[in-house]
Amino acid sequence: METATPIFVRNEMLGPKEPPTSQRGVVKWFRENLFSTPLNSILTVIGVAFVYLVLKTVVPWVWNGVWTASSLSECRQIIAETLGPDSHAACWAMIAERWKQFIYGFYPMDSYWRPTLAFALMFVALAPVLYFGIRHINVRMVGAVGVLLMIALWGLGTDGAHIGLALVLMAALTAVAWVAPKKLVWLTLLYPAIGFFLLWGGSVWGPVGALLGFVILAFVWLGLQRQVGVVVAGGIALITAAVWWLSVQTHVTGALHAAMPIGLPPVRSDQFGGFLLAFVIGVTAIAASLPIGILLALGRRSDMFLIKTMSVGFIEFVRGVPLITMLFVASLLLQYFLPPQTNFDLILRVIILVTLFSAAYIAEVIRGGLAALPRGQYEAADALGLDYWQAQRLIIMPQALKISIPGIVSSFIGLFKDTTLVALVGLADPLQGITKIARADINWKGIYWEPYLFVGLIFFACCFSMSRYSMYLERKLKRDHR
Amino acid sequence: MSEAITRQIDRSHMQVSDEVAIQITSMNKWYGAFHVLRDINMTVNRGERIVICGPSGSGKSTLIRCINRLEEHQSGKIVVDGTELTSDLKNIDKVRSEVGMVFQHFNLFPHLTILENCTLAPIWVRKTPKREAEEVAMHFLSKVKIPEQAHKYPGQLSGGQQQRVAIARSLCMKPRIMLFDEPTSALDPEMIKEVLDTMIELAEEGMTMLCVTHEMGFAQAVANRVIFMDQGQIVEQNEPKEFFNNPQSDRTKLFLSQILGH
Ligand SMILES: Nc1ncnc2c1ncn2[C@@H]1O[C@H](COP(=O)(O)OP(=O)(O)OP(=O)(O)O)[C@@H](O)[C@H]1O
Ligand SMILES: [Mg+2]
Repeated sequence: METATPIFVRNEMLGPKEPPTSQRGVVKWFRENLFSTPLNSILTVIGVAFVYLVLKTVVPWVWNGVWTASSLSECRQIIAETLGPDSHAACWAMIAERWKQFIYGFYPMDSYWRPTLAFALMFVALAPVLYFGIRHINVRMVGAVGVLLMIALWGLGTDGAHIGLALVLMAALTAVAWVAPKKLVWLTLLYPAIGFFLLWGGSVWGPVGALLGFVILAFVWLGLQRQVGVVVAGGIALITAAVWWLSVQTHVTGALHAAMPIGLPPVRSDQFGGFLLAFVIGVTAIAASLPIGILLALGRRSDMFLIKTMSVGFIEFVRGVPLITMLFVASLLLQYFLPPQTNFDLILRVIILVTLFSAAYIAEVIRGGLAALPRGQYEAADALGLDYWQAQRLIIMPQALKISIPGIVSSFIGLFKDTTLVALVGLADPLQGITKIARADINWKGIYWEPYLFVGLIFFACCFSMSRYSMYLERKLKRDHR
Repeated sequence: MSEAITRQIDRSHMQVSDEVAIQITSMNKWYGAFHVLRDINMTVNRGERIVICGPSGSGKSTLIRCINRLEEHQSGKIVVDGTELTSDLKNIDKVRSEVGMVFQHFNLFPHLTILENCTLAPIWVRKTPKREAEEVAMHFLSKVKIPEQAHKYPGQLSGGQQQRVAIARSLCMKPRIMLFDEPTSALDPEMIKEVLDTMIELAEEGMTMLCVTHEMGFAQAVANRVIFMDQGQIVEQNEPKEFFNNPQSDRTKLFLSQILGH
């Protein structure tokens, strides 16, 4: 019998094999990415050679740097002795000696724990905002911040009492983050007052009084909102709060202070400097410019002529004026306009103007996000009976902000770096102010690269983290597939 | 087109009462200088199922969007459930909470889950407790046959499913009147049926409905009145059988021959 179909039976099954060497892993990657064409190969070689040359000079310079010396000449001497007469190396001793000044400016040394604690608390306060109250991230973050804070305080040589205080505080906050992560929002709300009190010191009643103003504002607004509408209620609430802040508060807090004098030693604004100053200005302006920017963006798209014109006018004016001009306005002009006796702090003035400046840019970024939303979203919200503010808060803003995240974070990064411009109105920012002072020191005269590299590195770390966070956020919010 | 509707329709609850649900008198609307809606007069009784048809650009969408004030009319009067639509925000809110609307492009909120889409308005507008709103939402999601999708996001659903969610979302507000603006024209043929089925079920329960649609099968099966619009005017209205078999005006004849002819 002949059979047309050859019979085949496999007795042994084939195990999996690796792809050929040229088609896998590193080799494949190299071939595809670096040597795919002759031109590509040449460019790769040139690029590698260039990187090699740069690293060849920079790495030893950084690596062989001297960490302990009391002056630049001593540094040079050590380098000459160890590496030979004509060799170059960094003199990190200058950073080692002065890093505290780069970070804290002229803040009183025995109070370094205050800004450090404020900085740590900032992350705790931000946690619910940044990570939406996701418990395990919050706990980890608060815990890690607590540990880092302990190390920092110990490294700064803080006295035991304050380390203990901070330890108890952070432990309590970690516990709160664990048990009731949502409750951390209270810290977020209180943080501006806490931060102010820690940084500037003085009587505790001042910040408490200021907070009370916000509580009044909130109550009046919530109480009237139903009767007279959101905007009018907001106006009345603002006026009531302003009356409290401007004329009532000082009497009440004065009396309270007389009865219960609790406080920290006051620190003057001109003692602020370095990254402390950059952070105070940057963080406050970032936090304040987002809501203002949102309102401006909404104003610009409003149907109400007056509101629209005012928003457009403000945005276009601010965007048309260089930040430096605004800073000069802050330092010089405001002095003329304000009543003579007002002791209106220079840092505060700068913060206000930087905030307004940044808000105008944020407003435009958000307007872009708003414009990208289809009209159907507004219509669906309207058709369901949501009022304007509900629609904005629940439907429009969550989507518009999500679209705008990259732009908003770019603005924030720009703003943070722009804080170095305050040097021009006489504040000691890390780049110009402190570096100049450090370089003017007779011991370190002639030093050039090291302080700038140091400051640049810290700025890079901050800005890069912001950028990474924004990518995390985008990934997290990427819900609507397709 | 009529092949989409195969089932028997239960007419026991489809009763038109004497109570007036919507009353439109000599209403005119302009977009700038363009006269979109001209002298519209129309009365809708409770329980009526009205299909509005007409060529593109004839003002059908504009008309039903005036009924919940997504568009403002410039003269004449629109009274919905006894509330006249004026610039008074209170009245507008009242009307909007009584009138549900379904759009051609669904307009679901992409950043919220299906369930959140359905509970949002009850919670914020009606102030329903969250638990209760979720129960109601699940009820209506079951009704449109997609309870298992409740925790997905709109982008993960097919067009037909999204439109059914949109219907459920409107129903969660317990509206007394439903407006549909071409609910099936952005859908593939096989999905049209599932949406029409949902709409038929609504009609069977006695909902007052105004549908802009080109689904003439739906009109014949469910509507008790068909309104034909052209150039911003109501040109003809009649009960479906008469409307399709015995159209009076030349424009209607032309339109019907175009959409049914081939
Ligand atoms: N916002 C607007 N501004 C100016 N003109 C408009 C606007 N919206 C619609 N129109 C015009 O009004 C007319 C009626 O539009 P409408 O959307 O009501 O038509 P329709 O009958 O729904 O058409 P379709 O079947 O294409 O949906 C059209 O000529 C359209 O160009
Ligand atoms: Mg239309």
